[in-house]
Order: sequence, then structure tokens, then C-alpha cells
Amino acid sequence: MITVEHLTKRYGPVLAVNDVSFTAQPGLVTGFLGPNGAGKSTAMRMMTGLTPPTSGTARILGKPYGALANPGRRVGVLLDAAAQHAGRTGRETLALSALLTGVGRHRVDEVLDVVGLTPDEAGRRVRTYSLGMRQRLGIAGALLGEPDVLILDEPANGLDPAGIRWMRDLLRDFAADGGTVLLSSHLLTEIEQVADRLVVIGRGRIVAEGTKDDLLRAAGTFVRSTDDDALDAACRAAGIEVARQPGGGFTTAADAEQVARAALAAGVLVTELRDTGSRGLEELFLELTADDAREQVSA
Amino acid sequence: MTTQQAEAPTRSRTDRADLTPVPFTRLAAYEWRKQLDTRAVRWLFVIIAVLTAGVLAVMALVGDGNVSYEQFLYNTSTPLTMLLPVVAILATTAEWSQRTGLTTFTLEPRRLRVVWAKLVTAVGSGLGFFVVAMAIAVVAHLAVIAYRDADASWGLGAMTAGMLLMLVVWMAQGVAFGLALMNTPAAIVVYLAVPTILSPLTMLVTAWEKVWPWVDLNTASMPLIMGDSMGGQEWAQLVVTTGIWVGLPLLIGILRLQRGEIKTA
Repeated sequence: MITVEHLTKRYGPVLAVNDVSFTAQPGLVTGFLGPNGAGKSTAMRMMTGLTPPTSGTARILGKPYGALANPGRRVGVLLDAAAQHAGRTGRETLALSALLTGVGRHRVDEVLDVVGLTPDEAGRRVRTYSLGMRQRLGIAGALLGEPDVLILDEPANGLDPAGIRWMRDLLRDFAADGGTVLLSSHLLTEIEQVADRLVVIGRGRIVAEGTKDDLLRAAGTFVRSTDDDALDAACRAAGIEVARQPGGGFTTAADAEQVARAALAAGVLVTELRDTGSRGLEELFLELTADDAREQVSA
Repeated sequence: MTTQQAEAPTRSRTDRADLTPVPFTRLAAYEWRKQLDTRAVRWLFVIIAVLTAGVLAVMALVGDGNVSYEQFLYNTSTPLTMLLPVVAILATTAEWSQRTGLTTFTLEPRRLRVVWAKLVTAVGSGLGFFVVAMAIAVVAHLAVIAYRDADASWGLGAMTAGMLLMLVVWMAQGVAFGLALMNTPAAIVVYLAVPTILSPLTMLVTAWEKVWPWVDLNTASMPLIMGDSMGGQEWAQLVVTTGIWVGLPLLIGILRLQRGEIKTA
């Protein structure tokens, strides 16, 4: 469980994180979504005690991070896969953390196995690793202490599609086991298939938050019919605003039921009626963050 | 690299309430292993050992060869002062230059404890390596006894005690410089440049003859490592210069570390 309340970080005139509040529940994967520079990393650094907040609090398992006894056993943290000593082997990197957190050495082999680094690869120095391998090593480090909470900043970065799928399964399993997962990404496609809840952040502020289904629903409806003109008129008559799409059909902010009723009233045959889905969410994401960017400029 | 399904448990369901804070001994073991497990530091130890052996070989071969054990040991001090603290610098600045601080300070958020662990382990390595220097000096002294008819003179006295004390100061200085600058090249350059600049100054600016022992750590520590008698004033000078060159940078480093963010990029 991660509880963030009014978290704020100011660098001079810039509000990197502006009054961010949300909760990441156990058993769920919470996606922290936002464009580059939105404040995701700064917020995660404040959650893990590396950056002191200007104001607000972040608690993990009910306590500030710094107050956790042996935090490596409670919280698995991966903030930057590149932040590993280039001159150490992967195995040594993990063995060091195992020594400090007091987990048995057997755990090093276990997590290496979980992230799919072979003994041969684990014996090589990190400087020879690809970004994907560093990412796997970083995830291994986060899992090492058998934590209850995972905080991962852009963990899919550098992973190939198979690696992204593997990580998705891993995080789903972790959450299904009762763990709390918070992972960030600047790419919706990376996050939408794994996250149960989304917290969308732009320019330091939360611009949307909710379950993925809610956000998808809010993203709108796509409809196609045998007579778009008639349906268009019917929708407008019902007070539903529509946007005609170049390939036929149109999108609207109204939900499927409202559109169906309008179609039924007008006697138009509907051939396709669905949530706009991830494409709509992507648009929503861009729109929300763009709106925020404009506000920032005019402010 | 294989892509496989995760089968091993990713987390345990055991009650975690019994987790206790990381004891200092374990933190120190962690810091010590980090200090010694990189190739750079291993090579550094090899280089110091070779240099030390080289210096002693020259001493044994040049002159009449009648050199006591303690004289040999005293002359190991030059390579030790110059290079051993670099081990302490590397162990400290790696947190920023190699960006391991992100891991270190999330696993142990009590940052000041990390500083103490670094100090303890740096001093530990300094003293440990002094034992190596003693062994090299044994070989050198045995050699001059055997081949250059030197008198056996194994006694160790104030000079050795003085060097041991200074070794503690130098290693702490390495940590302090590393912490104050948080950057490997800068810390090494400053550490090596300070005595290089100050030493000729102490000789050139003779008007400051009375001032230098209160400002320059090298000057102030001379009587101690030469095994001369240390009076109240000499000790006071040593304390003051240690305060300037070890205490002050350590304080600056601790303040930077405690107040700020762990920035590694």
C-alpha cells in the first residue's frame, strides 16, 4: 500500500510535482502514466526517501519510507536501471544487496532465475550489459528482498516485446499474490495491459485517475452505422456531440447506451458500437497533458 | 537471456512485522565488500604494494644498506599516503560517479550511518594494508641483513605509532574529500593537489614558518611520523590541521548528503 498525500516538489520557480495525492492498493497494479518530464520520477524519488518533498507526505505500508525497518525487505525499488556499478558483475550486485538486507544467498540465484539472466550472464560485468539486461538485473534487485511493494520507474524501457510481456506477467502475479505495484511509463501501450488503475500525471499534476475501465469509458464511444448522416442528426437532436471520423462512423463522449437509444429512436441500423478503447485513451492522455501544458504556458 | 515465466515466488506471505533495522555491522560489511570488490580498487592495491616494494628496494640497494626495520616501515608512508586514501575516495564517490547511491540509500535511508560505515571500513582497510606494508618491510630488512651485512634492528616505536595514527587520519580524509565533492576525478585531483601545492609553499613562504604547522596537515604531522617528541603545541597543531583538512570537508559532505537529494545523474 502506497499513500501519497499532497506531495509537492518545487525547484526554484518550477513545480516539478504539484499537490499529487493518490493511493496504490495491495493486489492491484497501479500505472503511473505521464509524458517525459511530467514529474513521475521526482514523485517516485520522494516516495522512496531520496528526494525530500517541499510539502506533503508519502507513506508506504503506513510509514514514511525512511521509518521502515530494513526497507529492502518491504519495498522493491527500481528507479534507474542504468544506476549500477559498471565494474561489478550482475551476481555481485545482487549479492551485495542480499548481504545488506539479510536475505539468504540462495535468493540471488532465485531472482536471477525469475528475471531470466543465465549464470553466464550473471557472471559478466554490468558494463557489458544491454539496457534490457540491466533492466532485468534491476528488477531482480527489486524482487530480492521478497518485498510487499514494488516501485518501478519505467521498467519496460529497453525490454524487447517478449520481455515486456514477461514483465507484465511477473507484475500481475506479484499483485495477484497480494503485493502492491506502482510502475511508471510514458507510453500508454506499455502500461494499459498490466495496470488495473491508472494515475495520469502531466506537468506535475494529476490530470486523470481511476480504474482503466473507467478511463476507457470516459474516453468515449465509437459508432458506425448504415446511415451515419441520419444517426449524426439523431445524436445532435438528443444533445450528443459527435465528431465524424475520416474512415466513416464517428466518435462521441457519450456512452454506448445513449448512442444506442438515439439510433433506436431514429431507426438507424448500427453496425459497430464500442468504447474507443486504448486509442481513445491515448488521445485522452495527449489531450489531458496538452491542456495542462497550455495552462502552464498561460499561467 | 531466456524469457520465461516467473515460477519462483516473487514475494513471501510470511508476517513481516519481525523485520528489524539493518544492524551497523551488516552495513559495515556491505560497505567493505563494496569498497574491495571492484577491479579498480584491486589494481590500486597491487600498484601500492608494487610501489612500496620498489621504494624499499631502492632503500636497500642504495647507500650502505644499514637500514632498520622501522626506517623501512617509515618509508612506506609516501606510497601509502598518496594512494591508499584513493581507495576511500573511490568507495565514497562511486555512490555518485557509478550511481550506486540510488541503491545504497534506498536500502539504508539513514544516510549518516552510511557515512560512519564508510569511515570505519576505510580506516579498517588502511590499517589492514599497513600490515601488508609491515610484511614488505620485513622482507626488505631481512634482505639487507643477509646481503648487505646490516645490523638486525626490529624494534618499532613512536614512529610506527605515529604512522598508524596518521593512516587513520588519511583514510578519513579520503572519505571526507569524496563526500564533500561527490565526484571521483575532482576528489582525487584535489586530494593529490593540496599537498603538492602546499609543500612548496611552506618552503618558499618562510615568513609563515610559525603559521604553517597550524594550517598544513603535512607540516603538522611531521613530528608524529618522524617519531619526534610531541608536546602540547604539536598535538594542538595536529588537531587543528586535521579539523581543517578532514573535519571540515567531512562536515560539508555530511551537510550536503543530509539536506539534499541523492542525485546521481
